Amino acid sequence: MWRVGTVVALHDETASARTVRLEVPDWPGHLAGQHVDVRLTASDGYSAVRSYSIASAPNSKGRVELTVERLSNGEVSPYLTQELAAGDRLELRGPIGGWFVWRAEQNEPIQLIAGGSGIVPLMAMIRSRISEGGTAPFRLLYSVREPGAVFYRDELQALSNKDNSVTATYAYTRATPKDWPRPPGRIDAALITSATWPSNLGPTCYVCGPTSFVERVAGFLASQGNSPDKIRTERFGPTGDRK
Amino acid sequence: MSSYTYDYVDGNAAAGELSRIFATDVTAAEGQCAHCGAIKRFAEAHLYMDGPGVVARCAVCENVLLRLANVRQGVFLDMRGITYLKLDTSQSLDSSGYPEFQRTKGI
Repeated sequence: MWRVGTVVALHDETASARTVRLEVPDWPGHLAGQHVDVRLTASDGYSAVRSYSIASAPNSKGRVELTVERLSNGEVSPYLTQELAAGDRLELRGPIGGWFVWRAEQNEPIQLIAGGSGIVPLMAMIRSRISEGGTAPFRLLYSVREPGAVFYRDELQALSNKDNSVTATYAYTRATPKDWPRPPGRIDAALITSATWPSNLGPTCYVCGPTSFVERVAGFLASQGNSPDKIRTERFGPTGDRK
Repeated sequence: MSSYTYDYVDGNAAAGELSRIFATDVTAAEGQCAHCGAIKRFAEAHLYMDGPGVVARCAVCENVLLRLANVRQGVFLDMRGITYLKLDTSQSLDSSGYPEFQRTKGI
């Protein structure tokens, strides 16, 4: 069952990632954290399907935003990030996935941990938390290569300035901003301890990123006492290519 | 291909393919591995999608849970590695066949 969405806006998040805003007239609504499958079909009938997380909060307006990172050897992402234009139509299947989701009625502390473009479904959860109100305190730990690779930078900055409902911590792996206290490096056990909810508060943890990143982080969370059934993961493969 | 390399994704990623077959979301369903007896959500399985079909393996013992292959107009589905699936049927279906989640605040 494929639906057709029309591209209504495009916005560059970084040099290699673009947000595509679609209007889907018969959109049934979605939950924060769900994804869609996008199908592109060439004139000779060849088609390719890829999964992309939804970045926008649940809404009743049939509006769906996807943030797509361009992969140099990708088959679909170069088209979506470089050639797609307003007015174009895309085939979508979804929303799909009922496990890696956050619902507004959850009021336990929420720990989000993103590796690179793994921020996308977590941003939908943050946006949902803001738009629906609610009381769940959110923390985000965002591992990213360098400052210029941060998605949604201004929006996250504005949120952390506004109140304490969403607290963001950045872990830069290759290059940091000037005078950054932590040298470049991957997330380690010490950072998990200092920047995430203590396990005795019973947080639900959502971890999204490349498979090796998710493996490491989920291991740290478990070793710090978080119950495995409170650690929800979404791996998108070794290269970041979601397929 | 070694199952110990990081070439898998989560069971979540099969949601689109499985939505063609099942009326409710399988990825949020609880299932039991027929090999080791582990009970986990299907979304937690290790999913291998590099071949011509989809193979889901148990996250605990790596036994094959499910195989799905599209062949011309048909789908082969082998679920012998799953003893049972417990599906949440409280998600009603909307007219288009997709689960309509309850999003009312406070529930």
